[in-house]
Amino acid sequence: MTAEPRAQARAPGAASLREAAARRLRNRTFWAYALLVAIGISAPFRVYPVFAMNVLCLALFASAFNLLLGYVGLLSFGHAAFLGSAAYVTGWLARDLGLPPLVAIAAGTAFATLLGWIFGALAIRRSGIYFAMITLGFAQLVFFLGVQMPWTGGEDGFQGIPRGTLLGLVDLNRTLPMYYFTYAVFLGGFWLIHRTIDSPFGQVLRAIRENEPRALSLGYDVDRYKLLAFVISAGLSGLAGAMRAVVNQFAALPDLHWHTSGAVVLMTLLGGMGTVMGPSVGALLVGVLENSSERLGSWVTVITGGVFVVVVLAFRRGIVGEIRALVRRSF
Amino acid sequence: MVQALFGQLILGLVNGCFYALLSLGLAIIFGLLDIVNFAHGALYMLGAFLAWMALTLLGVNYWVALVAVPAAVGLLGIAIERLLLRRLYGLDNLYGLLLTFGLALVVEGLFQHAYGISGNAYPVPPQLVGGFRIGGVYLPTYRAWVVVVALVVSFGSWFVIERTRLGAYLRAGTENPKMLQAFGVNVPLMFTLTYGYGAALAAFAGVMAAPIYQVQPSMGAAVVIVVFAVVVIGGMGSIAGSILTGIGLGLVEGLTKFWYPPGASAVVFVVMALVLLVRPAGLFGRTR
Repeated sequence: MTAEPRAQARAPGAASLREAAARRLRNRTFWAYALLVAIGISAPFRVYPVFAMNVLCLALFASAFNLLLGYVGLLSFGHAAFLGSAAYVTGWLARDLGLPPLVAIAAGTAFATLLGWIFGALAIRRSGIYFAMITLGFAQLVFFLGVQMPWTGGEDGFQGIPRGTLLGLVDLNRTLPMYYFTYAVFLGGFWLIHRTIDSPFGQVLRAIRENEPRALSLGYDVDRYKLLAFVISAGLSGLAGAMRAVVNQFAALPDLHWHTSGAVVLMTLLGGMGTVMGPSVGALLVGVLENSSERLGSWVTVITGGVFVVVVLAFRRGIVGEIRALVRRSF
Repeated sequence: MVQALFGQLILGLVNGCFYALLSLGLAIIFGLLDIVNFAHGALYMLGAFLAWMALTLLGVNYWVALVAVPAAVGLLGIAIERLLLRRLYGLDNLYGLLLTFGLALVVEGLFQHAYGISGNAYPVPPQLVGGFRIGGVYLPTYRAWVVVVALVVSFGSWFVIERTRLGAYLRAGTENPKMLQAFGVNVPLMFTLTYGYGAALAAFAGVMAAPIYQVQPSMGAAVVIVVFAVVVIGGMGSIAGSILTGIGLGLVEGLTKFWYPPGASAVVFVVMALVLLVRPAGLFGRTR
């Protein structure tokens, strides 16, 4: 990627200005990560750890999704396929083949990546609104497979996945080790996404989002960039699904359902698409909502839909996006 | 053997008629408003549910429901366009999809809350009970009625859009709404009525579907995803194309149900993948 042409405006004084800007940015990034680490380390002592782990998985899922929606402008309505299929594959490897958790998670992630490559290669042949419908269709195909294939457990889901021991050393059946393992995976995935966004590759993705014909005319192989972004996004969504399967010790059919694909859109939109932290904020809020589904029942669906309507009509920048705009206006 | 095959083909034809009616509405709305109406499935479900509620709560019969329910849902569509969709014109069309997705969830969730997830049976109207035999194949009268009505409505819509003055306005609006407005046509009103018509058409399909399928809150979402695939396969470029694709895919589903039943619900998406490989713009599509 680095061999591609890059815009290099070099005027006297511009270099030092750019350096200062980069320093400020690094500083902000440093504090953002410091905050993330502080919250992450103390979270299991403040909230129910299993809930915290699920939110971390959702946050990774939404961040991976945001790479595609927020930075390439591609709305996938089928990301449940990657989350869910990785969960099933991980579960199958860990339970039925007795593989250690790291291997099972890696294989689940690899499966979602491969699936993302196949679906992505087909879906990017159409753009805009068709892209959303195509990904939705493929995800529905995977959902039907999940219902009908004999080994998936159908409506009951895939149950009894062992957590196992990490590298033969750390017993993941204990809550705190499991939490910190999940947290480390989340942080790694989050960093990878952040790194991708900030790289020259990420710049090209944004260029495609802003003006695809122009990016094309500048000599970028737009389809290859889109596909790679799709594959990264699918793979990391798979990682989130694989982790969730190990955390909860089951892979559930709703993970494959289009409701899940819609939920990740909501997390990203609510938190702020095209912001680094937004999807995680959205994941936390949607996680809280889903966690209260026992009390609220089918109202969860109504509330989810209502939030969609309100966000689309009233604050399309999302929570983090609005805060960022507010900060920019006031300083 | 042959009878089972024909039985499945007729079933497929009936399904295909519903796909055609729904993708027709989607195509008309998308053409003019540039909005993919995710709520289309919810409006279809609403049609079926209102018909069922009218019958069980008020004793309103099928024939009245067939007119009154689409009219009511059409009015709801007009309200949705005026109050909500109108605010999104000029924005990225992803927002229209997301807004209507939210609406679909609200409607589905409300009905789930009120009526649970189980199906409700709607009796076939007494005039259309029974069936007849064509060459040893049994054809229920109601299904024949659905096919005939769907074809008439589809053809009527095609005729209005392609062969009348009103349709010419509609096509012009699809091409360039600003220019049309400059010529003195009330384009915002056209947008409103188009969405209302699309909503009424979806509800009409819903009332027609009530005696065939179980009336339940999730019936809309299941069908709208298939209809999206139909739209991807056919391309939204032509009205006739979306009608033909809908019916064709219903038949393909029927054939699959005959040869390999577990594959029936998935076959449309497999066809979609194949079409994307061979003809990415869709069978009748013009644009990317």
